[in-house]
Amino acid sequence: MRALLLRDLRLAFRAGGGFGLSLAFFLMVAVIVPLGVGPAPATLALIAAGVLWVGALLAALLSLDRLFALDFEDGSLDLLATSPLPMGGVVAVKALAHWLTTGLPLVAVSPVLGLLLNLPREGYVWLLVSLAIGTPALSMIGAFGASLTVGLKRGGLLLGLLVLPLYIPTLIFGAEVVKAGAMGAEIGTPLAALAAITAGAWAGLPLAASMAIRANLK
Amino acid sequence: MLTAQDLSIARAGVMVLVGLSFTLPAGRALILRGPNGAGKTTLLRAVARLQPIAGGSLTGGEEDIAYGAHSDGVKPTLTVAENLQFWAQVYGTDLAGFAMESLHLEALAQRRAGQLSAGQKRRLGLARILVTGRSIWVLDEPTVSLDAASVALFGLAVAAHLAAGGAALIATHIDLGFAADVLDITAYRAGPQVPVLSGQFDEAFL
Repeated sequence: MRALLLRDLRLAFRAGGGFGLSLAFFLMVAVIVPLGVGPAPATLALIAAGVLWVGALLAALLSLDRLFALDFEDGSLDLLATSPLPMGGVVAVKALAHWLTTGLPLVAVSPVLGLLLNLPREGYVWLLVSLAIGTPALSMIGAFGASLTVGLKRGGLLLGLLVLPLYIPTLIFGAEVVKAGAMGAEIGTPLAALAAITAGAWAGLPLAASMAIRANLK
Repeated sequence: MLTAQDLSIARAGVMVLVGLSFTLPAGRALILRGPNGAGKTTLLRAVARLQPIAGGSLTGGEEDIAYGAHSDGVKPTLTVAENLQFWAQVYGTDLAGFAMESLHLEALAQRRAGQLSAGQKRRLGLARILVTGRSIWVLDEPTVSLDAASVALFGLAVAAHLAAGGAALIATHIDLGFAADVLDITAYRAGPQVPVLSGQFDEAFL
C-alpha cells in the first residue's frame, strides 16, 4: 500500500505527471473571475467563497481521468488486480495520492486567492478548514467516477458529467461554511455535513469503485 | 497446483471456451496453443481470476499466481530498478536484484523505462514475474518482441522456476527450449454465438 502511494506520488512529480496542472488551473480561475465580473471589492467579497469552491471542484476534476486510465492502458491495472493488494485499498490509495497532489496544494494556496477575490478577513480560516475537510471527498468521489469510466474511449468527458452532480453537496456545504464564517455566523451545521460527506465517501466508495473496476476489467 | 474441470468461459456475453479440462502439477509447464482468437488470453485471464468462469470448476492457485499480460505494466517515467522495486514491495519480496540478474537488466537498472527498446521493456515485464516470488506463472505470449538470445534467457528462467517446484501456464507459438506439455485449445472452442444464460447482469454496468 505504501509502495503504491509512493509510486503514484513519484509518477505525479516526474515529468508529464501533471502535478501543478490543477493548481495552475485553480489560480487561473481565481485571476480570471475578477476580470469578468469587474473589480468592485464589494461584488468580489460576495462571490469569493463560491468562486473558490467551484474553482477547486473543476481543478480536482481536471486530473481525474488519468487516475485509472493510465494504469489501465499500460496494463498495470490488470497486474494490480492480480496482486495481493485488495482492490478497494488500491482505489483508496490512488484517491489519497490524487488528493495529496491536487487537493492539498489547493488548500495551501487558497488564502492567497482569497486575498485576490477580496474575501472578508474572517473567512480565511474557514476557507482553509472547509477546503481541507471537503477536498478529500472530491478526490474519492472522483475516483469512483473514474472507476466507472475506466477503459472507455473518451471516458474523460463522461467522467465530468458523472462526477459533477455528485460534487454538488460538497460544493453547497463547503461554500456555505466559508460564507457563514466570513459573516461571523454559525458554521457548525454545514461543517458537520461537509465532514460527514467526506467520511461517508471514504468509507463506502472504495468498495464500490473496486467492484466497478473489476467489472470493467472483464 | 491448478486443476480445471469441464471449464467454460464467456467473454462479453459470448461463450468462448467450453468443456476444457487440464491439470497443472508442480514442476511442470503447460503450453497453450491455438489460432488467433481461439481463447488463449481469455483462458489465462480466467485462470488469473480476472474473468469469471461461466461453468465447470477451476481450483487452486488463487494466492500463487503471477500473471503476465500482453502489456507489461511498465511505468515509462520510472527507472527499471524503480519499476521492479515497486512490484517487489507489493508482493513483499526482495527479489528485484535476482530478477534483474536473471534477465540481464543490471546494466539498464538506472535507465528510465520509457527509453528502453520494445524487447528490453518485455524483459523488464518478465523480470516482474520473477519478482513476485509466486509459484504459478501465467504468461500470455511472453516472447513477443524478444530476440533469440532473450528467448533463450527467458527459457532458462522458466526452467529454473520449474526445477524449483514452480509451474507455468504459457500461451506461445514458439519452442521455449524446455520440456512442457502442450494443450491445444482449438477443440474446446464454443460454437458460433452461443449466448450465455447466466444471471449475471453486470455486463450492463457500462
